[in-house]
Amino acid sequence: MKSIAPVLSVLAAILVIWYGATVLLNSKWTYDQAARAGESVSISHLLTDTMSQKRPVLPAPHQVAQGLWDGLFGQRFTSKRSLVFHAWITLSATMVGFALGTGLGILLAVGITHSRAMDLSVMPWAIASQTVPILAIAPMVIVVLASLGVTGLLPKALIAAYLNFFPVLVGMVKGLRAPDAMQLDLLKTYNASRSGTLWKLRLPSSMPYLFASLKVGVAASLVGTIVAELPAGATQGLGARLLSGSYYGQTVQIWAALFTAAGLAAILVIAVGVIERVVLRRMGMA
Amino acid sequence: MTATPIIQAKGLELTFQTNDGPVHALKDIDLDIEAGEFVSFIGPSGCGKTTFLRCIAALETPTGGALSVKGMSAEAARQKRSYGYVFQAAGLYPWRTIAANVRLPLEIMGYSRAEQVKRVEDVLSLVDLEGFGKKFPWQLSGGMQQRASIARALAFDADILLMDEPFGALDEIVRDKLNEELLKLWERTGKTIGFVTHSIPEAVYLSTKIVVMSPRPGRIYEVIDSPLPRGARPLDIRDSEAFLQVAHRVREGLRAGHAYED
Repeated sequence: MKSIAPVLSVLAAILVIWYGATVLLNSKWTYDQAARAGESVSISHLLTDTMSQKRPVLPAPHQVAQGLWDGLFGQRFTSKRSLVFHAWITLSATMVGFALGTGLGILLAVGITHSRAMDLSVMPWAIASQTVPILAIAPMVIVVLASLGVTGLLPKALIAAYLNFFPVLVGMVKGLRAPDAMQLDLLKTYNASRSGTLWKLRLPSSMPYLFASLKVGVAASLVGTIVAELPAGATQGLGARLLSGSYYGQTVQIWAALFTAAGLAAILVIAVGVIERVVLRRMGMA
Repeated sequence: MTATPIIQAKGLELTFQTNDGPVHALKDIDLDIEAGEFVSFIGPSGCGKTTFLRCIAALETPTGGALSVKGMSAEAARQKRSYGYVFQAAGLYPWRTIAANVRLPLEIMGYSRAEQVKRVEDVLSLVDLEGFGKKFPWQLSGGMQQRASIARALAFDADILLMDEPFGALDEIVRDKLNEELLKLWERTGKTIGFVTHSIPEAVYLSTKIVVMSPRPGRIYEVIDSPLPRGARPLDIRDSEAFLQVAHRVREGLRAGHAYED
């Protein structure tokens, strides 16, 4: 393992910078408290105090680690204080949105590669959809759907799908157009139908492109779900956890939720990567 | 001549419109191919030999003249799956086994399951690939891949086999072997074969009829009927006097048709 040394040094550097920033950012509170009590602040007091405040501006790494451990393993998984519980709520909406967005992206891509009218009409809208800030769209969708009586998982999944369908669409359009002229000519000599060409040639050829898109898309789905959990007073999910943390100045809680979300994203992307490896190897394309 | 030719071109023309003006890919092509013949098209790049083959396959549409394939228009013949086409690259699907690749046209054409299995087995043994059905393309050499692609073109038993420089990317030793096998296969199946090449020995060794073409515009310079015996020919026929004479005529034809200029 030659690569372990650079990985550890980068990690160590991050920790050093983080601890430095902790002291710097939290010192104001320490000095204010000392001034109020008419005391002076020693270096050792400064160091210990900035790293153990209850509501620090920037929690120290070990505080975040403690909060993360406590949130993940210190509770029953069904408890509302458990990060596992909130991560599961977020994950389930993410997966539904991921499936919806992937399906939509593939369907639109098939349409675009088979119809010139769709190529000209759908693509600009798809691109335009991604220029609208998700932060602006999400609350409207949530509120509108809530007024129609649709709450819970589905509205969040729709926001996730909204972010996910685009990379899938772009990748699949490229993938479905990947077969070269010779491959298409070959099927023409068989007088193959368009659907035959799609199933036998275009879809299998597009698999590497699909998986590249899915890796981007699954992370985007998670972001979409978390953003969708922020407005309208959701009480469950990592997004809600982030929001309540910021309401009550619980910075440790915010950071623990952030790290949980990052870990979840990593797991999802790695999972897609593993499926990609297995599928492409089986198809002889890896 | 009693039977009508299986492929007949009369005054065939094909002009591509490009930004630099029209390009005459084919001009005044008159050619009759009888059923069961092995016809080679030889000439330099740009002489239209591949284009002509693609016209027969209805992969290109001529801009003038008449072309009939099995008594139909080329397009109707394509829709009736009258020919198998072998490209320069084997073009096997990497995600399909050799057997599944050969099965591809049969699946598209809707053959029954049992029929598919039987035909795949038959054509794989025809090209000497028995026992390789379960392998994937990357596990096979270039020559074996090209044999598999020939099997794929034979699988649905069309009367015509069109081959566009099928052995162009292979080394000479493999090419010799495949040429010999192709002749045996042709003798056994009695198909009509159209074969594009730019190798004089290959054309002379394989063909009953050699069509010498010349470029700009692409046209037929000469059609040479081979005096060599029909059917399987031994490889060392290429050292015989008759073979060398035909090869000489082809070379002269190419030279006279300005094939060696620029």
